Amino acid sequence: MRKLLLYLIIISTGLIFVARLFYLQVYNTSFAALSEDNAIKVLYDYPQRGAIYDRNGKLLVTNQPSYDVMVIPRDLKPFDTLEFCSILKITKDKLIKRLKKARVYSPRVPSVVIPQLTKDEYAYLQEKMRKFDGFYIQKRSLRDYHTTNASNVLGYIGEVNDVLIKKDPYYISGDLIGMQGVEKTYEKELRGLKGIKRIQKDRFNRDIGPYKNGKYDTLPVNGKDLTITIDEELQSYGQKLMENKRGGIVALEPATGEILALVTAPNYKPELLVGRKRSPNYTKLLRDTIAKPLFDRGVKGAYPPGSPFKAITALIGLQEGVVDTQESFSCYHGFRYGKNGKLGCHPHRGPLNMIPGIANSCNAYFANVYLRIINKQETPQKGIDNWRKHAESFGLGNYLGNDLSSGSKGLVPTAKYYNKAYNYPKHKWYATATVSNAIGQGEVLATPIQLANMTAAIANRGYFYTPHIIKAIDGQPINIENYTTPKYTTINKEHFAPVIEGLHQVYTQGTANALRVEGIEICGKTGTAENYTRVKGQRMQLTDHSVFIAFAPKESPQIALAVFIENGHYGSRYAGKIASLMIEKHIRGTISRTDLEDWILTHSLEEEYAKPYSGEPFKINQ
Amino acid sequence: MAKSTIVAIDWISVLLFLLLVGFGWGNIYSASYSNEAFSITDFSQPYIKQIYWIGLSIALIIITQAIEAKFYERFAGLIYVFSLLSLLGLFLFGKTISGATSWYNFGFMSLQPSEFAKAATALALAKFLSDMQTNIKLINHQLKAFLIIILPALIIIPQPDPGSALVYAAFFFPLYREGLAATYLIIGVSAALLFILTLLFKPLWVVLVIALIMVLILIKKRKQKPKYSLYLLTIVVIAGFCFSVNYIFNNVFEQRHRDRFNIVLGKEVDTKGIGYNTNQSEIAIGSGSWIGKGWKEGTQTKGGFVPEQHTDYIFSTVGEEWGFLGATIVIFLFVGLLIRLSYMAERQKSQFSRVYGYSVVGILFIHFAINIGMVIGLLPTVGIPLPFFSYGGSGLWGFTLLLFIFIKLDSNRVNEW
Repeated sequence: MRKLLLYLIIISTGLIFVARLFYLQVYNTSFAALSEDNAIKVLYDYPQRGAIYDRNGKLLVTNQPSYDVMVIPRDLKPFDTLEFCSILKITKDKLIKRLKKARVYSPRVPSVVIPQLTKDEYAYLQEKMRKFDGFYIQKRSLRDYHTTNASNVLGYIGEVNDVLIKKDPYYISGDLIGMQGVEKTYEKELRGLKGIKRIQKDRFNRDIGPYKNGKYDTLPVNGKDLTITIDEELQSYGQKLMENKRGGIVALEPATGEILALVTAPNYKPELLVGRKRSPNYTKLLRDTIAKPLFDRGVKGAYPPGSPFKAITALIGLQEGVVDTQESFSCYHGFRYGKNGKLGCHPHRGPLNMIPGIANSCNAYFANVYLRIINKQETPQKGIDNWRKHAESFGLGNYLGNDLSSGSKGLVPTAKYYNKAYNYPKHKWYATATVSNAIGQGEVLATPIQLANMTAAIANRGYFYTPHIIKAIDGQPINIENYTTPKYTTINKEHFAPVIEGLHQVYTQGTANALRVEGIEICGKTGTAENYTRVKGQRMQLTDHSVFIAFAPKESPQIALAVFIENGHYGSRYAGKIASLMIEKHIRGTISRTDLEDWILTHSLEEEYAKPYSGEPFKINQ
Repeated sequence: MAKSTIVAIDWISVLLFLLLVGFGWGNIYSASYSNEAFSITDFSQPYIKQIYWIGLSIALIIITQAIEAKFYERFAGLIYVFSLLSLLGLFLFGKTISGATSWYNFGFMSLQPSEFAKAATALALAKFLSDMQTNIKLINHQLKAFLIIILPALIIIPQPDPGSALVYAAFFFPLYREGLAATYLIIGVSAALLFILTLLFKPLWVVLVIALIMVLILIKKRKQKPKYSLYLLTIVVIAGFCFSVNYIFNNVFEQRHRDRFNIVLGKEVDTKGIGYNTNQSEIAIGSGSWIGKGWKEGTQTKGGFVPEQHTDYIFSTVGEEWGFLGATIVIFLFVGLLIRLSYMAERQKSQFSRVYGYSVVGILFIHFAINIGMVIGLLPTVGIPLPFFSYGGSGLWGFTLLLFIFIKLDSNRVNEW
């Protein structure tokens, strides 16, 4: 025992040491991170964020310099807080709160104290900076807008939040990141790569030269310039027409799927969300829960599409072989079904076959075709799913897979949807229960961009390119498979001719015959969508939405668009007029019908929007 | 040197010695160089000076091996007395470096006599215990042995260098091996435990809990007629100890000593002040991960975050630059050397060589355990070097002498009858 004790002590000491080393070096990784903070100072060199051009090379967004006051909490020395606060125009409490927050974030890593100084503030502070140990000024660049439109498309940049920092280690506190729109989708291209310089420090926090002679240092890579598909002129014209109205316009180039204009109204000026004013302005916009200026109606507003959907019903009918172009249906001021079901219709001559059916937008005609489509299958369930398959192939009922930062699925109901709604199999349901779908009412919902895409698919006679906003990166036209391969619908090419003829006659003799543009063959479809809202828990019907889809010219179309005006009453009243002006603007470049333009510019719907909130009884569709 | 001597030398321990010294120098170099050109005549650089110290220690080795083995035993007493005098002389002629008057200044170099006093004490203790008339079981002789050990320590403490004085606890090993009653060990360990418990909790609670345990034992054993008076005495002694520890800790210790204990016991977290050394050392070692950052690549070492890194904290450089792998290898080298020396000590035929051998193991072990224990944050900060590894001429020479006198004695064991 006396001999063994020594061995025992020596070996157990050795083992304890090895175990402790294992804990320090392998098990507990926090020391490695501490060592990084400790010995290496990291400096960042921020590159210029890429500029954004419109499709015609017009500069939309560039940069302006901005200066952030940063702090490294552990380097702070007592300073004249009063002077500091008066230079930066903040209160002492606020300063103390921010310094505290910075210390919690990390005593060694820089945090932003005051973001985005103006040039004047910077110049003044720069002279006094030597008095404030631990603070320094980091130059960054802010966005500089050369347009007052398209804020919904361009999006904005803002400081990264803690969640993002944790998710992507590229970002550190104070970095700017695209938060919406093109800025968000193409963040990686636009931002470039920040350069990193590592400086070895000694324990007195003095620089003792580049870490490992700059072996790990990187140079900044400038952001790439983007060319987007938007035509700024068309975009701002659309924006102008939409003043005092709510809704969206989406215009596409059918041959490419490029988004020519994506207008939402009401909108805001992009410069509102730049720099230090961003936060209060954003809050103000966000709090407007009635007009919802931050809500991009063009891509997110899912509305009942109304009559434009009849074109799809007609195409599916032809594809399924349940109707031909000659067969006529009678219309008794609508379509009656069941005991007292009725789908009303406006007065027009009858009976009508397909082409005048479209031109006159006869509800009864499409109700008949729709029921035949559904009833062709053994059960209404199968019928609905088959019908849905066709509608979906036009990009309805699902995300389009585009490069816009937000969107909505819209809705094309499935059999499952109705099974659930009617509590099947306890209660049976029949095709007639869904007949409103025939005319784009009922359960069907679509966003303006989905409608525009649907129109482009009709204009192309059976296929579309996924709508996209990106045209070129650093001058190189994009080659993204998703945007360069056509997506085919389930409808054969030959069925498009009669439907397009019907859409053409909408202009020549149908519901939009007052909106012709001399010399441009337009095909279009009016829509008047009933809609309801809830005010203080009361469901009430509001003035119909005014909807219009159109493409032009009839042969080799250059533009396909959807216009949606909330509570604009019947289709040709607002949406049709705006659509025809947009088409003329795009194809001609000038507007010949100034009276029509004046009418749109001088007519406001604000009164209409105020009605449900007035608290007084009101009449709709006046 | 006779050919038989060379054959008889224990080359395993020599090899381990050389590995430790060589690897040690590599780390001293990394911890103290700063981008200047390597110049063998640049005496301002510790790593250059250490080369000369190593070279001179090789000369010392040859001298120790050339001297007749009997010399050490015969002159042990004289060497011890000379060593005590050199320690006392510091009070008159000593040079003060960083607060401790522990050095003689010879102009071109400084020597620290306390580094040599360990070997001298080991020799004297060996001489005393191996005396035919000495019986360690006798209290009288125990006291004499304690006196031999405690004298140099008492002279060293006021320099002040309590760390070096602590090393004299190492002589417990040879004493225990030679038959000192285990009671001393039990009392020593219990005292240490009580000390720590008292610091962690309030002394009253410690005493109450121990008393409660005793009462429970007594209730259980009541039929065997236990000696109540003995139990009573024990608890009184324990209570006295605990309260005096508390008193000494709070009133006699200086704040810096209290801080050191508190940090290791986890009662205080202080990474900027007194805990800075330990914290930085842990960061440096921890950042080494599995295989380290590579020689001369340690960011903590380069930035000079760990104080005294080329001396007492040299092991943190090993940890950072050579990682878990390198640090473990160094630990194995030490453990290997200690075990080899224990084995050698046990094979000695003369009691003198055996006691000396155990003293060597004890001294090296205490240094190893306290130094690395401190660097990796297991023990309070006590400034003693890592043998063969740390920068410093006196230390290197002292350990070299200590070790190679034993190797000489070992190589001569066949001649002992």
